[in-house]
Amino acid sequence: MPLSTSLQSGIARRVDRLGALLGVGAIVAAVTLPFVVHKANRIASGTPRSVLEALPRGTAVAALALVAGVAASAALSRRPRLRLAAAVAGVTGIALALGRAADVLTPAGNRLTRVSPGVGCWLLLVLFALLATDALARLRPGPAARVGCLALTALAAYAAFASGLFDHLSIMREYAVNASGFGREARQHVLLALGSVGAAAVIGLPVGILCHRVPRLRGAILQALNLIQTIPSIALFGILMVPLGALATAVPLAAELGINGIGPAPAAVALFLYALLPIVANTSVGLGRVSPAAVDAARGMGLTGWQVLSQIEMPLALPVIITGLRIVLVQNIGLVTVAALIGGGGFGTYVFQGVGQTAIDLVLLGAIPTVALAFTAAVLLDALVDALQRTAR
Amino acid sequence: MIEIESLSKEYGPATVVDGVSMSIAGGSITAIVGTSGSGKSTLLRMINRLVEPSRGRVLIEGRDTATRPGHLLRREIGYAIQGHGLFPHRTVAENIATVPRLLGWQAARIRSRVAELLGIFQLEPGEYAAKFPHQLSGGQQQRVGVARALAAEPRVLLMDEPFGALDPIIRGQAQDDLRGIQRRFGTTVVLVTHDMDEAFRLGDRVAVMTQGRLLQYDRPAMLLTHPADPFVSRLTGTSDRALKLLSLTTAGDAAEPGAGEGPVVPASASLRDVLAALLWSGAAAAAVQRPDGSPAGRVTLAAILARGRAG
Repeated sequence: MPLSTSLQSGIARRVDRLGALLGVGAIVAAVTLPFVVHKANRIASGTPRSVLEALPRGTAVAALALVAGVAASAALSRRPRLRLAAAVAGVTGIALALGRAADVLTPAGNRLTRVSPGVGCWLLLVLFALLATDALARLRPGPAARVGCLALTALAAYAAFASGLFDHLSIMREYAVNASGFGREARQHVLLALGSVGAAAVIGLPVGILCHRVPRLRGAILQALNLIQTIPSIALFGILMVPLGALATAVPLAAELGINGIGPAPAAVALFLYALLPIVANTSVGLGRVSPAAVDAARGMGLTGWQVLSQIEMPLALPVIITGLRIVLVQNIGLVTVAALIGGGGFGTYVFQGVGQTAIDLVLLGAIPTVALAFTAAVLLDALVDALQRTAR
Repeated sequence: MIEIESLSKEYGPATVVDGVSMSIAGGSITAIVGTSGSGKSTLLRMINRLVEPSRGRVLIEGRDTATRPGHLLRREIGYAIQGHGLFPHRTVAENIATVPRLLGWQAARIRSRVAELLGIFQLEPGEYAAKFPHQLSGGQQQRVGVARALAAEPRVLLMDEPFGALDPIIRGQAQDDLRGIQRRFGTTVVLVTHDMDEAFRLGDRVAVMTQGRLLQYDRPAMLLTHPADPFVSRLTGTSDRALKLLSLTTAGDAAEPGAGEGPVVPASASLRDVLAALLWSGAAAAAVQRPDGSPAGRVTLAAILARGRAG
């Protein structure tokens, strides 16, 4: 009895709880949940198919074995590198299996059949991605290593799409239909997000500095910006349509420049307004955290006001300011999606078209690139903040 | 060297510094003491115009400080403050090089000056130049702060509670170092402190301030024996003023000819320390020894008692 108890506790100690949970979830998802959904055409209701039903016998067994292997290493190994390798292998394997399933289920030359990932497939990808991020977090990679990982992931994704792996998948069918406009919408999306954040930085940094220097103004300015932040995005787009529309009517030049009640102009203005608060607040907070003794010493040694700001205060406040930029950039990349509602363009165009046509794959064609873009921005700016804090403390 | 003429500072209806005039001799250490809110820091900050005077003027080497842009004036005056104020994102060497860089010194000259100062402050350049302030101990940070203030060889050094953040043992060491460095460079030091012992230990002259006014500005001994105001005697403390007085004279200065039996004391020891040694050993006289080991005479208990008497 004592022997078996100690054996049990020994095993219990060796099992990684998070890994076990993710692993069991992955096995359940792989065995019981539909791996793909197969439709005769875009509008027809779909037939769920499990791994065994969707793939040739040998491939299916290999896929299930891979899931079991990843689950086992997640539950039993505490070495982050091994766990990371297993998770990456899992994601890669699922992606390959998905592409293969679409190929197998699509009769040659048939352009109507739709094969899209099922719940089980999504769940497997999410669980393995969680496992990968958990392992990465335990490895505590430096900023450069994280950017490297991001670049490798992007490269792998590009290679997968370029090789035609997913060409028979429903979402790529939607892409093929929209291929001519996809680049334009992507550019528009990035332009709106980066442009609004850039403009907000140009205005917000000086306003933040002003808030720091004149405490009496700080309360009023932050209150006003806070108020803007509480307006729902769709309402703000609507509110802006009125004055911008009036402007376009009153000033023909404005209309010629593309400023109008609908379209990118109100979207850009609204996104700019949303971005102001975090930038102004973080600039003010960041400057407020700079040691007063350092500023006093700098002035006392004969730095001019501009030199104190540019050489001492701003460099020391920079990590907090960049954190603010990260917040608004990620926020605005998401918000641009809503801008499509008023004709602002961007990936949101596909989301709203998809919603209108109850075509989930078209929604995904807009949503997935948006998430990827936001994720990329978050990783890059986090790494930048980290790099800044490593040199300046 | 520094002439302060009827200097006042008002913030709205409040007068923080009220018509202070004083003359600070070149190459001396002047300690400005007072309780918090006495205006001592404001007075100091008006010398380098971090605070612009409301009235009155300051002359340094005969030149009115108001005739030049403030930041150019400040580059010629050393400035060290409590909590060192080092720039956390710059290395020790970069911190020390701040003013020389502003003045446009050549890189080689800056490098050699930084190395020289680190050596003077017992910080091995090879080890410390590239470190960041957060990697240093409190005492080392304070030394770098003073080294930075001295980097451009200023004739005047202003210090605002420079040792306030240090523990007593390190503070004593830092005060001795400052004395030594001040003598070595002949810098004129104006130092603000709320610590009377620090003022007496460092100050050639001590200025006592309260409520913006200068009550007394004199040699430390005069503050003890001839306080100009009840506040001065309260601040200097009445219970141990005899001992404070003794602490102002060294054994070397008080030594009289003759062979000493009893304990041997260094010439640099204060009479307060000699008295303590005599009380401890029960002897009536101590032998004074020069740094080179040669005898410098003796100090008797009776002589010490005579010096500690009022008047």
